[in-house]
Amino acid sequence: MSNIKKGSILLEIKNLVVEVEGKCLLRGLDMVIEEGETHVVFGPNGSGKTTLVNAIMGLPEYKVVEGEILFKGDSILDWNLTRRAKAGIGLAFQHPPVVEGVSLGVLLKTMVPDKKTSEEIARKINMEDYLEREVNVGFSGGERKKDELLQLMAQAPQFVMFDEPDSGVDVDSIKLMVKIMRKLLQKNKPIRERKNSGIIVTHSGVILEEIHADKGYVIVDGKLLCSGPPLDIFDQVKNYGFERCIKEARESEKAG
Amino acid sequence: MKKLDENLKEEIAGLDRVGFDTKGETKRSGSFLVADNKTTTSESKEEDLIVMPLSFAVQVYDWVNDLLFSLVDREKDEFTKEVASQKELVGSFTYLKKGAKIEAPFQSCFFLHGQGFRQVLHNIIVLEPDSELNIITGCATGNLVSMGSHIAVTEMFVKKGAKLTYTMIHDWGSQAVVYPRAAIDVGEEATFNSNYIALTQVKEIQSNPIAYLSDRASVKFNSIIYGKAGSSFDMGASAILKGENASCEIVSRVASKNSKLILRAYIEGTGKNTKGHTECNGLLLDDRSSVTAIPELKANNIDTELSHEASIGKIAGEQLNYLMSRGLDKDTARALLIRGFLEKGIEGLPKNLKKKVDKLIEIAASSESV
Repeated sequence: MSNIKKGSILLEIKNLVVEVEGKCLLRGLDMVIEEGETHVVFGPNGSGKTTLVNAIMGLPEYKVVEGEILFKGDSILDWNLTRRAKAGIGLAFQHPPVVEGVSLGVLLKTMVPDKKTSEEIARKINMEDYLEREVNVGFSGGERKKDELLQLMAQAPQFVMFDEPDSGVDVDSIKLMVKIMRKLLQKNKPIRERKNSGIIVTHSGVILEEIHADKGYVIVDGKLLCSGPPLDIFDQVKNYGFERCIKEARESEKAG
Repeated sequence: MKKLDENLKEEIAGLDRVGFDTKGETKRSGSFLVADNKTTTSESKEEDLIVMPLSFAVQVYDWVNDLLFSLVDREKDEFTKEVASQKELVGSFTYLKKGAKIEAPFQSCFFLHGQGFRQVLHNIIVLEPDSELNIITGCATGNLVSMGSHIAVTEMFVKKGAKLTYTMIHDWGSQAVVYPRAAIDVGEEATFNSNYIALTQVKEIQSNPIAYLSDRASVKFNSIIYGKAGSSFDMGASAILKGENASCEIVSRVASKNSKLILRAYIEGTGKNTKGHTECNGLLLDDRSSVTAIPELKANNIDTELSHEASIGKIAGEQLNYLMSRGLDKDTARALLIRGFLEKGIEGLPKNLKKKVDKLIEIAASSESV
């Protein structure tokens, strides 16, 4: 289905069922993401998009009750957050928490002990003025999103997930953010050399014009209803809402 | 004997951990050091700053004797009585002349060098009108000393328009017991800023300095405490807002790991248009710990405004997970959050001191398995 075929699967999800506080939020989801691929997930609010990326990251309140997550062929269900992050999984949170008293500079230095590297990364994305500031304290929505990308630059994961990276971000900042996301996804490299993959959770097509994705999905009520070329899916959602996708899925279910 | 002296010398050289610099790395206006009951250093580099053992001062200045126990009641408790009953005065006398403003900090240190030694001190600090001084006091035990007692009465006189910043860094041994008794007379339009930092293990510290404020005087007590490994802290600060428009703030930021912490704050608003606020933030790191915040406000005047707030909680799981998702292991993430929590308390410190305390906090938070 993807136009990039390299045969090396980076992340595989099989029949994933996830509960949060006893409530089932993902009901059997399958996905295969190969090296170099970018997948896009659409869906109405509360459909399970954030649950999916948080469960892959391994946030403890997201309990996998059934199914499997394989990263480079290994099951990661027993791995804690640190191990997953160190293995190369990264997440730009939709609502990152404030971390009082910890400056962004100190956090980056802890992640990347070489001070020059973290300062250089910050400079690259015009965030060197933020290094003295406490992580996310008093940050605007857009600043938080930028901060997430800065931290991911420092972490440099091979598999990177962006949860609503463009919500609350002004047009000028989106340009910069797209640039960073492209870098994280190695979009500037020739297709065959790309090793990094990712998932983008978004409502907006703007980002898709700048970051070409390989596959799109619609998740509704914890289920994957349709998949296909991302821009086609986005067009459908834009023109007909999620209803059409839901209807089609029901019809195909009936048809057996 | 020679061996002991050399050992003491070596130990003193290591006292920069409580802000006492013997290597000349930071500028100091003077130094005073008592090891056990011996004054080993007493010097001032400034003409306007007079530093000497208190036993000399009572002979040199006839008015000094009248200051002893003029602010602290000698009958207050067994420890003040013990200080009052000493035949020989041990402690410092620090005097700053009128209008003198000294930028470089004056450093003093009270050091327990002998195992099990009972150090009993009396200190007097006088700032004449419109003068300014920054004092850093470090209290510590020697590297091989776990046991000892430190009992001290400190009386401070900050006269009209003067400003005293008084920073105390404690680094006692695991079995040390520490009972400082301090009082401060803060004159008209005078300012007294106190910073108290204790980040290492101790058996017991009990301290509750009291400030008496005249018209338009202002006082801030700021404490940062990291109680650990069976330590017990009963700390407090009291401010009596006697004068009109006097104001005070008592702020504590404490983390407790297998330790008991009590934070007291007492503010009495007597003068017209006085203002007082107390705040305590506690972080509990395990089930063997406790933090008790005891704020007490007493208003005697209809035009006084007093307030308090307190919060005690644990490390937020959301923050911990967030840091772990960046590849930090759990211990590193916890240490970073403890450090961040305590560092919030040093925002008001002078820049050079902030750096020093920042480093101490970093060491305290990271040097153990959290």
